[in-house]
Amino acid sequence: MSLVERGARLSAAIAGARHARPRDARRQHARPAATRLAVLEARLAGWVLPALLVVLWEYLSRIGVIAPNVLPAPSAIAQAGWAALKSGELLRNMWVSTLRAFAGLFVGGVIGLAFGIANGLSELSRRYTDTTLQMIRNVPHLALIPLVILWFGIDEEAKLFLVALGVFFPIYINTLHGVRTVDPQLIEMGRVYGMSPLTLFRRVILPGALPSIFVGLRFALGIMWLTLIVAETIAASSGLGYMAMQAREFLLVDVVVLAILIYALLGKLADVLTRWLEERCLQWHPAFQARRD
Amino acid sequence: MNAHTPLLADSSPTDLARAPHGLGVHVARLGHSFGAKRVLERIELDIPAGQFVAIVGKSGCGKSTLLRLVAGLDTPSTGRIDFDGPRDAAATRIMFQEPRLLPWERVLANVEVGLPASVKGEERHRRARAILAEVGLADRADDWPSVLSGGQRQRVALARALASGPRLLAFDEPLGALDALTRIEMQGLVERIWQQQRFTALFVTHDVSEALALADRVVLIDAGHVALDLAVELPRPRRRGSAELAALEGRILDTLFSS
Ligand SMILES: Nc1ncnc2c1ncn2[C@@H]1O[C@H](COP(=O)(O)OP(=O)(O)O)[C@@H](O)[C@H]1O
Ligand SMILES: [Mg+2]
Repeated sequence: MSLVERGARLSAAIAGARHARPRDARRQHARPAATRLAVLEARLAGWVLPALLVVLWEYLSRIGVIAPNVLPAPSAIAQAGWAALKSGELLRNMWVSTLRAFAGLFVGGVIGLAFGIANGLSELSRRYTDTTLQMIRNVPHLALIPLVILWFGIDEEAKLFLVALGVFFPIYINTLHGVRTVDPQLIEMGRVYGMSPLTLFRRVILPGALPSIFVGLRFALGIMWLTLIVAETIAASSGLGYMAMQAREFLLVDVVVLAILIYALLGKLADVLTRWLEERCLQWHPAFQARRD
Repeated sequence: MNAHTPLLADSSPTDLARAPHGLGVHVARLGHSFGAKRVLERIELDIPAGQFVAIVGKSGCGKSTLLRLVAGLDTPSTGRIDFDGPRDAAATRIMFQEPRLLPWERVLANVEVGLPASVKGEERHRRARAILAEVGLADRADDWPSVLSGGQRQRVALARALASGPRLLAFDEPLGALDALTRIEMQGLVERIWQQQRFTALFVTHDVSEALALADRVVLIDAGHVALDLAVELPRPRRRGSAELAALEGRILDTLFSS
């Protein structure tokens, strides 16, 4: 249950962070130049420190303080990236990894959602399945890697299985929590106003559970990348993790760092995607209304 | 005030035939228990069609329980409730103390929740808009409920309750959570709409003066029985703080605290 609590806290933190952000930016584009400059400053402020760090890193590498076999210079990584991009190897590996990640998310997510909804709605279903699911949850899914390799070898099924298993629980638990905590007064209202069970689910229960489901999705995304990195590093013949492991064999530190950075980039992309989805689906939520003027 | 066009003037003939008539209610030997706890002992109450009945009583005396039984939300342990004529799903509506609006649907869609499923498509929007205009919120149709004030939300809830043209409208302390001025405004609105539509109104309140301002009849519930059944034959709109109202209020409070 601690995951649920953490989830609730996370969603509160997300909401808080949104408020704290300087969001007057959008509104003020018609203002005079001085204000526009201030807006630009507010937008770029967060990037100043990373940029300075990269410059410092490059400088320290050039004067030889950081050895290239420990951490290559940013320019060297960029060159490695460019080369990998030109050969098509990078894009192919990125594509393979992304596909794996989202296939696993889809399979695990749909199953988690289905169990969460079923167990949230039906006492009977919960009695019979919840204990089992909670028991499986206590097994760290990455501990299954040796077994999974025995079962599936290093084929796609292995990665799909691990990612799906990893994302299942956060989505299951948060969906269950969301469905069970929908305001009973609203459900009663829906019944009194003659909604059919299906309408009640579509218009009251599902939208009511949605904020919680999104919390589950955010957790799931983190677990998704983590699982995939580990799985690809240990058991794969393509993908970013494999690319990094190959590079290690040949002591290509720049490619290793490149792979790590691209993982970060993909993680960020998935986060942006969720945020976009969340904003579309939760427009009604006061935490999101402040954004739109 | 009375220049308002009738709420459902341009509705289909069936609605016109139904809307203006209240539903008579006959409660006989009604008792209700929750487990071992007997809340209502024996309630006898005859409500003619179109009457505005206020129900008052101490907190926990069973007002909400009675209302829920009459509205068909629960089934009584003993006794019976009869209606003059058929009581289909949309003929009885209840308005709760909380607005209970769907936060994820805009005001207009929330009002449409109250429309019967038989009303389709564009007609749903049109009717919901007409009713929203009636409660003075025509310009808020596209807002989210969360940006409305408490009084406005309760007006949306009223519009939703009215949408199907109910013949019996049960109110469970709908104004209890509002500030004093908004309350008075809402009382005026409820009275005006009731005068137009002539549904039977069952209005639970803990505020005796509110009951007297609105109702044709005030019923006091105490110890599971009807302790006082008082007709209020004063012309409308009633003037707050008049001597007649004060006298009636005194009688009700005396009965309430003598037991
Ligand atoms: N669902 C329920 N289960 C058990 N007891 C209930 C339930 N609903 C109401 N009661 C009890 O019945 C009594 C009357 O409740 P209610 O009708 O809500 O009172 P009122 O609306 O007059 O304040 C209270 O003592 C309350 O605790
Ligand atoms: Mg009550």
